[in-house]
Amino acid sequence: MSDHAKGAGGTFKSYVIGFGLSVVLTLIPFWIVLGDVVDNTAWAVAIIFVLGATQMMVHIHYFLHVTLKVEAGWQVMSLGLTLLLLVIVLAGSIWVMFNLEENMMPAHEQIERVRNLP
Amino acid sequence: MAQTDTEQPNEFFVIEEPHHGDDHEEHHETGTMLGFWIYLMSDCLIFGILFATYGVLGRNYAAGPAPADLFDIQMILVATFALLFSSITYGFAVLRMEMDDLRGTVFWLIVTVLFGAGFLYLELLEFTHLWHIGATPMASAFLSSFFFLVGTHGLHVLGGSIWLIVLLTQLGLHGLTPENRRRVMCLSLFWHFLDLIWIGVFSLVYLTGVLL
Repeated sequence: MSDHAKGAGGTFKSYVIGFGLSVVLTLIPFWIVLGDVVDNTAWAVAIIFVLGATQMMVHIHYFLHVTLKVEAGWQVMSLGLTLLLLVIVLAGSIWVMFNLEENMMPAHEQIERVRNLP
Repeated sequence: MAQTDTEQPNEFFVIEEPHHGDDHEEHHETGTMLGFWIYLMSDCLIFGILFATYGVLGRNYAAGPAPADLFDIQMILVATFALLFSSITYGFAVLRMEMDDLRGTVFWLIVTVLFGAGFLYLELLEFTHLWHIGATPMASAFLSSFFFLVGTHGLHVLGGSIWLIVLLTQLGLHGLTPENRRRVMCLSLFWHFLDLIWIGVFSLVYLTGVLL
């Protein structure tokens, strides 16, 4: 029991560091949106996503304490598999549906085409 | 025949018994933690699919309201901080538990559940507001996927809060027994995991939604 408490691996310092990083990584994206700081929307979205991903990694490291050593590496293995599946599901569906939308004829053109059929 | 019948359960019991003894206690516990972790990963896949659904449908407004008309980013910032504070206070509870300080553990867990309740209250306010102005899940594909994703996260936080209250009762009744410590550690993973999912929600749904 004390063994797994050690395995949890958090100290006061590490929690506070994780919390501080999270506060900064939360405030910057909200500041970008509320303060209208970045003119280019695409850049603003990219910055928000990068900061979000960074904060997720901060949480995984400082709050969830995932390391290579815990559970003989099984924790990292299952996390890696989950991430792989997530990338396939997310990137796959967004890519496929975007292509579908791009290649579909707009509705009004379809109606026109049906009207002009001989 | 009758003899073997009575003997078998006995033998079975004897074989099972050492697993509950002190020797195997640690092994047993790590098994629970890993199992719970794998449950969290499956939960992560559920959220991943909901994120993908939102990513695909999130811009089909069906001539209805768009995110910029609906979301109050300042309130979302407050809700985000409520969850973030609850994460760090849960961390403090775990640290107190490692020092065998029951009172400290209970205190920080109560603070955690209060922050969780604050988050739920803000989310309830937002949902009732959206409902009153007609932005229901039936209005558009964007709102269907929005309510499904954010509502599922909210239900998880609600479940976590109920679990936390039950755990506080258990701690009050039995103190820091090995079972209760294990439960505190499992809920700790669950609670931090929910905060992690919320990062995805506010980045993708709220901030990006308002910008685009």
